[in-house]
Amino acid sequence: MGLFEAILLTVVTAATPLLIAALGELVVERSGVLNLGVEGMMIVGAATGFAVAILTGSALLGVLAAVAAGMAMAALFAGLTLGLAANQVATGLALTILGLGLSGLIGRDFIGARRDPMAKIVVPYLSDIPVIGKLVFAQDPIVYASVALLAGVWWFLFRSRAGLVLRAVGESHASAHALGYSVLKIRFLAVLFGGGCAGLAGAYLSLAYTPFWSPGMTAGRGWIALAIVVFASWLPLRVAIGAYLFGGVTVLQLHAQAQGLGIPSQLMSALPYLATILVLVLISAGRRGSQAPASLGTPFVPDR
Amino acid sequence: MRIVLERRDDRPRWLSFASPLAAVVLTMIAGAILFALMGRNPVAALKVFFIDPLSDGWALQELAVKATPLILISVGLTLCYRSNNWNIGAEGQLVMGAIFGSWLALATHGTPNGPWVIAAMLALGALGGMLWALIPALLKTRFGVNEILASLMLVYVAELTLDYLVRGRWRDPKGFNFPQSVNFEPEATMPLLAESGRLHVGFLIAIAVALTAAFVMARMIKGFEIRLVGEAPRAARFAGFDDRRTTLLVFAVSGALAGLAGIIEVSGPIGQLQPSISPGYGFTAIIVAFLGRLNPIGALVAALFLALTFIGGENAQIAMRIPLDVTRVFQGLLLFFVLGCDAFLLYRLRILATGRTA
Repeated sequence: MGLFEAILLTVVTAATPLLIAALGELVVERSGVLNLGVEGMMIVGAATGFAVAILTGSALLGVLAAVAAGMAMAALFAGLTLGLAANQVATGLALTILGLGLSGLIGRDFIGARRDPMAKIVVPYLSDIPVIGKLVFAQDPIVYASVALLAGVWWFLFRSRAGLVLRAVGESHASAHALGYSVLKIRFLAVLFGGGCAGLAGAYLSLAYTPFWSPGMTAGRGWIALAIVVFASWLPLRVAIGAYLFGGVTVLQLHAQAQGLGIPSQLMSALPYLATILVLVLISAGRRGSQAPASLGTPFVPDR
Repeated sequence: MRIVLERRDDRPRWLSFASPLAAVVLTMIAGAILFALMGRNPVAALKVFFIDPLSDGWALQELAVKATPLILISVGLTLCYRSNNWNIGAEGQLVMGAIFGSWLALATHGTPNGPWVIAAMLALGALGGMLWALIPALLKTRFGVNEILASLMLVYVAELTLDYLVRGRWRDPKGFNFPQSVNFEPEATMPLLAESGRLHVGFLIAIAVALTAAFVMARMIKGFEIRLVGEAPRAARFAGFDDRRTTLLVFAVSGALAGLAGIIEVSGPIGQLQPSISPGYGFTAIIVAFLGRLNPIGALVAALFLALTFIGGENAQIAMRIPLDVTRVFQGLLLFFVLGCDAFLLYRLRILATGRTA
């Protein structure tokens, strides 16, 4: 296996958690809710997933537990922002702070524990194709799931009636309400979906990417996922491009550090964050008007 | 039966005091449940957390020391949040302030100097934090970049810059390769207020800053402008207030205050530059700002309470082997409860009989 192939493989693993979390947040924001707590839900998912996988010996149960944990965190967020019409920015920050603390408590007894990374699904013969064989036909289940998720989210948003309603709620909650749709119920389901995705992304980090738990292991990936949604102008296919772009930057800086080019390692580590800012500048400067869902971030209180 | 929110016509004054207090009480109840779940005696744990740090003079001094950065940063954040500018990168601005100010301390190290050194360090610290905060502010006003994401990304960049400096060119050559700078000279450290203990002049600076900000917000036209831009942007535009200038102003002020907090930490309680100089004051200050109801005096009081959770958390770790993460959980829960209780300032719950269509 050549270096190029190895780099491509690691790009996929670096991009997958970003893709999953960003797709979840995309659906949430399309429904008009801004949940800034992705980082918090993701890291709770990572800790819970790893703990359950160690305790039960089953990666599948770990993944399911991580999804459930992300959804539980999201339900907390929904209770405040939808039930009590609280400020979404502040509540999202609270979710992140709480998540960082909770993950530390959950993962405390599992620091130093190790397990094998999740088994890869290898398609016989096809995985022997040079260059793309390993890339396409020998990945772990969550990578395949992320691709299915991408297709599913695209189909749901742009080809299904329910997706149309969800987008309508995000563009103008008052109109959707007047048409008889339950704005809060739709938003609640969207927020739960986003939480599940963030939990799954966390599980990927602790069960497949680095098969151990370490405190703070998400390292800002939840925030980068939020940036990817903005970068993608709230479109699923562009989310995929964004996730793989950022995955590429992450991997390139790791390889450059390993090569020891004489560039300070801290500068290389800062690259993904600097790239995020640069991309946001390019996207925001080049765009006329905002492409965000019109009701994004505004609370909805139905009047009778 | 259905429960719905209904907008309040009036906003009773007692509620704006009762709501943060209710949030604190709810946090303590949630904390008691958490301790019980962890198999600790909830009453004893709450006592260690919230009562013991208030027990003697030394502990009270420590409380003021921990509250100092929280007051400085959160006062700046109240200005930002009041005007709808979401600066959440105060932690990075704190680190940049520490770096800028420490440069002078290290440059003058080993040469005889006067008390001007510490004054100049504080000014440089404020400058560093201000410049770092102006990056997301300029990106917002110039290109429409989301300031939440930009300011947060710069936290990581600032922390990595500090890491580079203390492991590289600013490392103490006689420090056995530990990643830390030399200990600052006495002229480059914060003057202490008492003979014993760690209470320093920074606490007085923080109180003065909070009082000044309260006066500006309540009595001066600039404060009115900041509040109007946040609450009624259209009206502010008609009144001729430039919301871009407001954005730059509040970011500059809050960045300068966070930078000041950073250099005060480094030249005060820490006394040298290290890879990690803050247990997350910049993020905790967000909670402080909201608990203080986005009011500088409220922030002053709220900072003292959150300082209590930091000290209580350390005490509980030593006395009852309760992990430090509990502090973070407490702080997150507190912000949840604050935001939840605040909903009752704007709305009241109404219970409706079933059968009516909504």
